[in-house]
Amino acid sequence: MLTIEELTTDYGPIRAVDHVSLEVPEGSVTAVLGANGAGKTSLLRTITGLVRPTSGRVAVEGEEITRWAVEEIVRFGIAHVPEGRGVIAELTVEENLRLGGLWRGREAMPLREVYELFPRLEERAGQPASRLSGGERQMLSIGRALVGRPRALLLDEPSLGLAPVLVAQIMSLVRRLADTLGLAVLLVEQNARSALSIANRGIVLNLGRVVAEQDPDKLIADAQLLHAYLGF
Amino acid sequence: MTKFIDLTLSGISSGAIYAAVALALVLIWRSTRIVNFAQGAMLMFTTFIASAVIDSGGSYVLGFAVALASGFVLGAIVERVVIRPVENAPPLNAVILTLGLYTLIVAIAGMIWGNTPRSFPAAFSLRGYTVGGTTFLFTPNDTFIVLVVIVVAAALAFLFRATSLGLRMRGAAFAPEVARLLGVRVGRMLTLGWALAALVGSLAGLLVAPSVFVGPNNFDPILIIGFVAAVLGGLDSPPGAVIGGLVLGLALSYVSGYEGSALVPLAALVILIIVLMIRPTGLFAATRERRV
Repeated sequence: MLTIEELTTDYGPIRAVDHVSLEVPEGSVTAVLGANGAGKTSLLRTITGLVRPTSGRVAVEGEEITRWAVEEIVRFGIAHVPEGRGVIAELTVEENLRLGGLWRGREAMPLREVYELFPRLEERAGQPASRLSGGERQMLSIGRALVGRPRALLLDEPSLGLAPVLVAQIMSLVRRLADTLGLAVLLVEQNARSALSIANRGIVLNLGRVVAEQDPDKLIADAQLLHAYLGF
Repeated sequence: MTKFIDLTLSGISSGAIYAAVALALVLIWRSTRIVNFAQGAMLMFTTFIASAVIDSGGSYVLGFAVALASGFVLGAIVERVVIRPVENAPPLNAVILTLGLYTLIVAIAGMIWGNTPRSFPAAFSLRGYTVGGTTFLFTPNDTFIVLVVIVVAAALAFLFRATSLGLRMRGAAFAPEVARLLGVRVGRMLTLGWALAALVGSLAGLLVAPSVFVGPNNFDPILIIGFVAAVLGGLDSPPGAVIGGLVLGLALSYVSGYEGSALVPLAALVILIIVLMIRPTGLFAATRERRV
C-alpha cells in the first residue's frame, strides 16, 4: 500500500532521515521505534510533504506522491496525526471532526460512526477543543483523521503524555482500525513495548537510519538492541 | 437634547464605516497575522474606480458593484503577488511590503486621476429626517450606510459560522499546518480571505467617500480610526471589530460635537492608549493571546 524507498531528508547540514526504505501493507501496523532525534517525526513529515526529501520516493499503491503538495497527498488518502495531537483549539470538537472530512464531500465518514468509536467526543461535541484533556485530544485527532476515510494512517507518538490505561486503549483501537477498515498504519513511538504489542512489523531507527527490521516478537526479545537504541 | 440625539445617530453612522474598515483589517490579521497598511490605499483606489465609472455615465449602482468587484480582485492579486512570496519570512517583511504597496498605490492613483480631490455622490439623500418639525442630522444615506454594514457583517458571520467554506477558512487561519494535513487548500483560503477583506474595505471607501471626497490621501484618517476600532475589538474578532467601530464612532462623535472636531484624531489615539493599557487584548478578544 504505502511504499517508501531510499527516502533521505536533510535539514541543512543535518541528515534527519537517511536512506529509509519500508513497506506498509493494507490492514497492517508497522511500528517505527527510536529515541528522541532518531528521525521518526521527520520521516512522517517527509511522507506527507511537510518537509521535502533530498532523495528517494514515496508511493501509494504504485502512484508516486513524493513531491506533491501536502493537501494533495492528504486528499490521496494519507492521514497524518501529528505529534502533540494537533487539534485546532479555537474550533469546537465537532468542527474539528467536520473539517477532517470536508475534502471527501459526501463520502466522508458520518460523525455518528466516529462517536461510536469515541463516545467521549460526542459528549463534548459543542465545546472548544481547547477544553479537552490530553487523552480526549488524542481521540479527537485520530477520529478527525478517520472522517476523511484514509487508506493509510500515520500516527506520531499517540501515547505521548497519556496514562498507561489510555495508552493501552489507544493501541488496541489502532489495531482494530487496521483490521476492520483495512488501514495501512505507520505508528511512530518511543513507547516500544506498547507499539510492538499491536504491530505486524517493527523497525528501529537511529540517527535517521534503519538499524533493525524484524517481527515484533523478535525485536521485543532482543534485549541488546532495545538497550542500545531505545534505552531499555 | 436634539444635539445629543444628532451626535448619537451620526456616531452610529460613522461607526458603521469604521466597523467596515476594522473588519477589513481583522479579516487579514486573523488569517495571516499581518496588519495591512495598504488597506487605506486599496479602498481609495477602488473608490476612484467607482468614481470613474460614474463620471463616464455609469449609474451609482454600477459604480458601486464595479468597486466591490475590483476590491475583491485587488485583494486576491495583492495576496498572490505581494504577500505569498514572503509567506514564510518573518511577519515584519510582509508588513513593510504593505507599507510599500501603500506608497505605490497612492502614487499610481495620483498619476491616473490627479491629486485634486473630487466629489463623490451619495447613494441616497443627504437631507436629514424631519420628525415633528425638528430636522435631524441623520439622513436617508446614513440609514443606507448602517444597513449595508449590518448586512455585510451578518453575511460574514454566516459565512464563517454556518458554511463549510467558512470552517475551512477558520481552520486555515488558526492552524495552517494542521489544516493542510486535513486536506484544506490553505493557499486558496488565504487568497480568499484577502479578497473578502479588500471587498469589505472597498465598501467602506464607497460609504465614506461622499463626506471625505475622493483623493489619493483622503482616506488615510479613516484607516487610522479603523485600526483603532480593530484594536479596540481585539484585532482577532469580527464581532469585536463591529462593536469597536460603533463604540469609537459614538465616542468620536461626542468629542467632535461637544469639544470640537480638531480633537477627534487626538481622542482616537487617547482611546487607543487607554485600551492598550487596561486590556491589551482588546475589549472583545475572541481568544487570549496565542503562542504557536
